[in-house]
Amino acid sequence: MKDELLKIEKLEVIYKTSEETVQAVNGIDIVLNKGETLGLVGETGAGKTTTALSIMRLLPERTGKVLSGNVTFEGENIFELSDEDMRMKIRGERIAMIFQDPMTALNPVMTVGDQISEAIYYHSEKTNAAGIAARVDKVLELVGISPSRKNEYPHQFSGGMKQRVVIAIALACEPVLLIADEPTTALDVTIQAQVLEMMGELRDRLGTAMIMITHDLGVVAQICDKVAVMYAGEIIESGNMEDIFVSKEHHPYTEGLFGAIPDLASEAKRLSPITGLMPDPSRLPQGCNFQERCSHCMEICTKKNPETYVNGTHKISCFLFKNKEDRGDGDEKK
Amino acid sequence: MKKNDKATPIVELKNFKKYYDVGGHRKLHAVDNINASIFAGTTLGVVGESGCGKTTLGRAMLKLIKPTSGEIIFEGVDISELTPKKMQPYRQSMQIIFQDPYSSLNPRKTIYESIASPLIVNKIFKNSKDVENRVHEMMKMVGLAERLVNSYPHELDGGRRQRVCIARALVLKPKFIVCDEPVSALDVSIQAQILNLLMDLQDEMGLTYMFITHDLSVVKHISDEILVMYLGQCVEKAPSSELFKNPLHPYTKALLSAIPIADISSRNRKIQVVRGELTSPIDPEKGCRFAPRCKYSQAGCLGKEIPLIEVEPNHYLACPYWEQAIDN
Amino acid sequence: MILQALKNNKNENKKNITDGRRKSMWKEIGKRMIKDKPSLISFIFIVALILVSIFANFLIDVDLVTAQNGAERIQSPSFAHWFGTDLYGRDIFARVVYGSRVSLSIGIITVLISTSIGGLLGAVAAYFGGLLDDIIMRVTDVVLAIPEQLLAMCVVAAMGATPTSVIAALSIAVIPTRTRLVRSTVLGIVDTEYVEAARASGMGNIGIIVKEIMPNTLGPIIVVSTQGIASIMLTASSLSYLGVGIQPPTPEWGAIIFEAREFLRLAPYMCILPGLVIVVTALAFNLMGDGLRDALDPRLKD
Repeated sequence: MKDELLKIEKLEVIYKTSEETVQAVNGIDIVLNKGETLGLVGETGAGKTTTALSIMRLLPERTGKVLSGNVTFEGENIFELSDEDMRMKIRGERIAMIFQDPMTALNPVMTVGDQISEAIYYHSEKTNAAGIAARVDKVLELVGISPSRKNEYPHQFSGGMKQRVVIAIALACEPVLLIADEPTTALDVTIQAQVLEMMGELRDRLGTAMIMITHDLGVVAQICDKVAVMYAGEIIESGNMEDIFVSKEHHPYTEGLFGAIPDLASEAKRLSPITGLMPDPSRLPQGCNFQERCSHCMEICTKKNPETYVNGTHKISCFLFKNKEDRGDGDEKK
Repeated sequence: MKKNDKATPIVELKNFKKYYDVGGHRKLHAVDNINASIFAGTTLGVVGESGCGKTTLGRAMLKLIKPTSGEIIFEGVDISELTPKKMQPYRQSMQIIFQDPYSSLNPRKTIYESIASPLIVNKIFKNSKDVENRVHEMMKMVGLAERLVNSYPHELDGGRRQRVCIARALVLKPKFIVCDEPVSALDVSIQAQILNLLMDLQDEMGLTYMFITHDLSVVKHISDEILVMYLGQCVEKAPSSELFKNPLHPYTKALLSAIPIADISSRNRKIQVVRGELTSPIDPEKGCRFAPRCKYSQAGCLGKEIPLIEVEPNHYLACPYWEQAIDN
Repeated sequence: MILQALKNNKNENKKNITDGRRKSMWKEIGKRMIKDKPSLISFIFIVALILVSIFANFLIDVDLVTAQNGAERIQSPSFAHWFGTDLYGRDIFARVVYGSRVSLSIGIITVLISTSIGGLLGAVAAYFGGLLDDIIMRVTDVVLAIPEQLLAMCVVAAMGATPTSVIAALSIAVIPTRTRLVRSTVLGIVDTEYVEAARASGMGNIGIIVKEIMPNTLGPIIVVSTQGIASIMLTASSLSYLGVGIQPPTPEWGAIIFEAREFLRLAPYMCILPGLVIVVTALAFNLMGDGLRDALDPRLKD
């Protein structure tokens, strides 16, 4: 087995306001090894970003709360670190995060070079100016921007170039884990292809592990090693690439996700989307969270939380597969 | 589909141009010489990346922006020179749905008020009961529960908001709707719901769409014909199935290959990544604007206008060297 | 899919539809105002204050306000004189009550005038832009460059020292600040897509300004206006002090305090008690403004 880098166990996160309690993440487990890329897939409100913020310990202080669970990073429990250690040793230094919108992630009144050197300055012990400048040039080259542009301001860059700068800042301290929260959603398709290609190359070259948060299975297929599909704060299916993209067995939600993607090869006029909406995370139903939208919904689904069916690396939380396992054959009624 | 049966298109653009003054005598060529016609009940997909002028084109079709030159012919009448007053009756037949369902609804208005507003402005009904009935009819049509009438936009999710925008656009029973990236801000599963809804509505009400997007995969299902734009110019125009089967322009090919496919067998396929600097749209040189980034570009690509020629029946292309590009 | 939606909706409760929409909106706002205790108390206080000032002559003898009484000069607060008496033996409480007529009306009327004119100018400038915007904003800049009090003094000097001219003077001084505020708020709204959607549906310019844009500028306008009432009352007072405002012996809150300033050591109550009235009134207006803004904003519902 490869070295374990990040381990999330039974993580539960809620957002609590005076009126309601939102169950954002409900007991998820994730294991990520060094150099691996995990695709975290799900729709808006599924808890993907909350998971990422929990790893970084950046949940909104007043409302967000980790109820239970552990996040172990390089053998250390993240939740037990002091704020000081978290800020100086983990955030930015060992784990970096990039956000969806490159337009607002950069400071408009600082040059690109200054923003990168700032990131290096705060995290490196030997802060000599020449060393930082050399590092800035190196990082810019890494993301495919000519170092001669380091004295320009963000508004002088196009959207795709800005996202490259954001990635450069994230990579400035050579983190071992990069969390990318929908890094290409705001970009055009051709730019998205460029940025994805670049991220793939960088990962291969630097050996950085990545968590790629996205709602686009297409993006996952291009760049990831393993996938976790999130729905209403739970991981309902996970596995490696073959499990998700080749295997025929899927959670009904994952199947729905595939059905919703416009297929370039098919001639069909209509798409087959999942009907309905995700349940309100402040009022989750009893039993399976997907029951209302599921065409295979059975009686047991409305009563008990689904059990997890494991087949090698492939895990599916759905009673459909539980039955199959018990009976040992494929006969499936309803 | 059966567009050839109809004699005249419902909307037609002729030599349509929109330039913006950017100080001095310089002009930004947002839309340059676009010709298009959309037949009743069909959809024209307009595809291009941000900054290619597709949004300007959509706005100008509805005369929300004044075109620099060219004709917009709606049901046989050139509306490009009409005064706001004379434009009024046409406004009811032409509507728009925007990309961002968050900023396209007034946060201070309830769902009911937003949908009813066009009816009240155009004084369609004298009786407020009729207005109410129409609003409820619209809400049903787009799949919004009636209990949401008193909700405010912030209480709804993106998909529902987009349904409200669709209801608002349809409430005047228009014939022609410009859909400006109506699904790009939505999740994939919701995207499919909205796309299906738009297609259902088209079948039911005989609507004509101009569907603007940056994502070719989105227009595949909904469009009858697709127009690919690059920096204000039309580079390729063809029936939807033809364009996907047989893309000819290097830019169209790059766009198609850039779409991430949810299939790992496609992982190692070669993506034609577009490199090189974007041509400035301010007073651009004559000729193909994609040339500086095109790997097949030759000396002849710049310096003279590249005409849009019909290379195959109904398949128009603005690339003089396309045959060589195929050979490569 | 549509058919399915139709079926689903058939059984939806019809209650909301017949409930009447508009009524419920005002009810909603009222409900939210009542929920917010500080602003409710402020609101009651302000209504009471206005009622007292209107019916002052039924509550307190006018003679107490102006008649000089040598025997009762500079007396400390007592049951007979709640706020004590001043240098001329006049009852300070009575003067404060009558003074509220002048002070409140200057404050409220000036705010109403300056906000509506300034707001309209700002909205028009931002919405139409171009030359009109340039003209309005340059005039605004010029007026803003003149110190507020100097401007007011000039106007009063030209028009004579009456309450009307004080209101006019203060309004002119305040209008530019409101113009700027509204203009910058409207600039952020003018390009939104709901404004464009309204235009696409055939709505005219006036309709768009009134129905789509103005409701979205209410928040900042209400807050700045209610805060402005207090500061305008104080500026009016300083004008009296400079001798160009409300003339003695007409009671006015600022003037009462300025008259008392020489006795700050000897009889501090003469300043402190009327001063407290001003502070409490200003606070009440501010709190009410905050509450009103929150109540009117549907995004803050519950």
